[in-house]
Amino acid sequence: MTFLSQFARSERDPRLLKSGSGSLGLPDRLAKGLGWFSLALGAAELFAPGRITRPLGLQGKETIVRAYGMREIASGLLSLSIDKKAGLWSRVAGDVVDLVTLFNAMRPGARRNENLTVAMVVVLGVTLLDLLSSTAVTVAHRRPAGSFKRYADRSGYPQGVEDARGAARGRGMAGAG
Amino acid sequence: MRALVWHGKEDIRCDEVSDPEIQDDRDAIIKVTSCAICGSDLHLFHNLIPAMLPGDIVGHEMMGEVVEVGRGAAGALQKGDRIVVPFTIYCGECDQCRRGNFSVCERSNRNARIQENVFGHATAGLFGYTHLTGGYPGGQAEYVRVPFADRTHIKVPDSLSDEQVLFLGDILPTGWQAAVQCDIKPTDTVAVWGCGPVGQMAIRSAVLLGAKQVIAIDRLPERLGMAAAGGAVAINFDDESVIERLDELTGGKGPDACIDAVGMESHVGFAQPDTVYDRAKQMMMLENDRGHVLREMIYVCRPAGVISIPGVYSGLVDKIPFGLAMNKGLTFRMGQTHVNRWTEGLLKLIEDGLLDPSFVITHTASLEDGPEMYPLFRDKRDQCVKVVLKP
Ligand SMILES: NC(=O)c1ccc[n+]([C@@H]2O[C@H](COP(=O)([O-])OP(=O)(O)OC[C@H]3O[C@@H](n4cnc5c(N)ncnc54)[C@H](O)[C@@H]3O)[C@@H](O)[C@H]2O)c1
Ligand SMILES: [Zn+2]
Ligand SMILES: [Zn+2]
Repeated sequence: MTFLSQFARSERDPRLLKSGSGSLGLPDRLAKGLGWFSLALGAAELFAPGRITRPLGLQGKETIVRAYGMREIASGLLSLSIDKKAGLWSRVAGDVVDLVTLFNAMRPGARRNENLTVAMVVVLGVTLLDLLSSTAVTVAHRRPAGSFKRYADRSGYPQGVEDARGAARGRGMAGAG
Repeated sequence: MRALVWHGKEDIRCDEVSDPEIQDDRDAIIKVTSCAICGSDLHLFHNLIPAMLPGDIVGHEMMGEVVEVGRGAAGALQKGDRIVVPFTIYCGECDQCRRGNFSVCERSNRNARIQENVFGHATAGLFGYTHLTGGYPGGQAEYVRVPFADRTHIKVPDSLSDEQVLFLGDILPTGWQAAVQCDIKPTDTVAVWGCGPVGQMAIRSAVLLGAKQVIAIDRLPERLGMAAAGGAVAINFDDESVIERLDELTGGKGPDACIDAVGMESHVGFAQPDTVYDRAKQMMMLENDRGHVLREMIYVCRPAGVISIPGVYSGLVDKIPFGLAMNKGLTFRMGQTHVNRWTEGLLKLIEDGLLDPSFVITHTASLEDGPEMYPLFRDKRDQCVKVVLKP
């Protein structure tokens, strides 16, 4: 997209004076925030898995954490795209996987249990936010089911369909293709 | 003045901006009385067409009253004239304009140099439609500057309402050109993919041009209902196989002409696995457009038939079965619409009461509510087919 830098708005075209209300609703903005969060967390998991495994006492599991990082980045990209609904629900699914992983790492009496518990509480909080946001986006952009208009009265031909058939033939309009 | 301004993906705002001014002799300034949101605006809303800059005013379907005229346009336009603005800006004098190919006018794109590098050649300037096509501020605004205004206008009689003539600037001639490109004969079946506003106009045009059978394809019951009202046989691709139904309706021959009024954003669903694959590639910037409709048309079209493409594509499309198209001897015809080429005849059809394009309008709103109407139209909520805004 380097060619974008060649474009400039003409000096004399209208300039922005004051920004007003916009099309991005609260659910959309929340999705954007979570998308960027996903990308940041994913990058950390991918490039510095040790920072995550050490405090949790999960040394040796770096490859899994890296894989989770890739998942997180995919969810992030999807949440930032126009298919944010799929992205956010994939985040919810990812949260569940994270929770199960953390829970399975608990061992009776182990010292790491404390940190694992803190991590689980944090993930649980994020899960709630993800659920809230996925639901909000789903509702905001849904086509409510129910009585559909069928627009049966909108033919567009003031004289009716049958009179319209072929009516423009021979008007010398069709040529010049 | 107030205008709808593009700030990024899905981010259109109703902003306060400075008023447009005459920049060139041939300019005119229009006070917009009605404007509309187009399916093409959705491609910008989704940031799928490159070369938009935050702060660009959108909109290319507008009409209104002339409030200022440059010296060079004074012979053709006067203060107080009521005009529809065609979305393709044209000079009327270059070689292409003289051939009637207004959408590839050789003079009206002020960023022609840059577009030549990307496209090989420059095309006409367009309103509110990326800097590749001139970056001209659009008409979803209180006022708009019209370049080459002595040619780039359609005068409309006071006896017709805004709603009846507004679409002369884009979707009506677009549907019409799509149908004309099909060289319709009285024995022909014409299949139209997409029952959005452009598809609806293409269906009406094919009926008026005397096709034996017009078939409409979509998945939204209300749009298919509107298509049926216009004289088409409806196929809902969520419920039935498009290929099988088309074969049935044409006795296995296939449609003589296929119109793609969908374009680059074909519906993504697991029933059309190629669309999921396209969407993934689009997201990773490995492909620009989703070519599902093109693939389906090439497969089902009758040999020696016509593929007419008003739907917008932006760049690279993968997995197009070109070998099928070549061996079946198909003719491809496409392009941005040469709006003014069709004006006279279409205006006459409306005046004679053969067609009233206002049937397609389902929503009317103020300019302030414009930003909310974008996602509503995109999500097809409230059975929205076409939105008209009143600045
Ligand atoms: N060539 C031109 O000058 C010109 C002018 C105006 C609009 N356009 C283009 O025409 C296209 C349609 O515009 P619109 O305003 O009607 O938009 P729209 O988005 O309202 O309509 C598109 C319709 O296609 C349907 N659709 C999606 N996938 C489909 C599939 N696989 N098969 C059948 N139908 C499918 C959708 O349900 C929708 O009803 C857009 O690409 C727009 O950019 C071109
Ligand atoms: Zn348009
Ligand atoms: Zn020209």
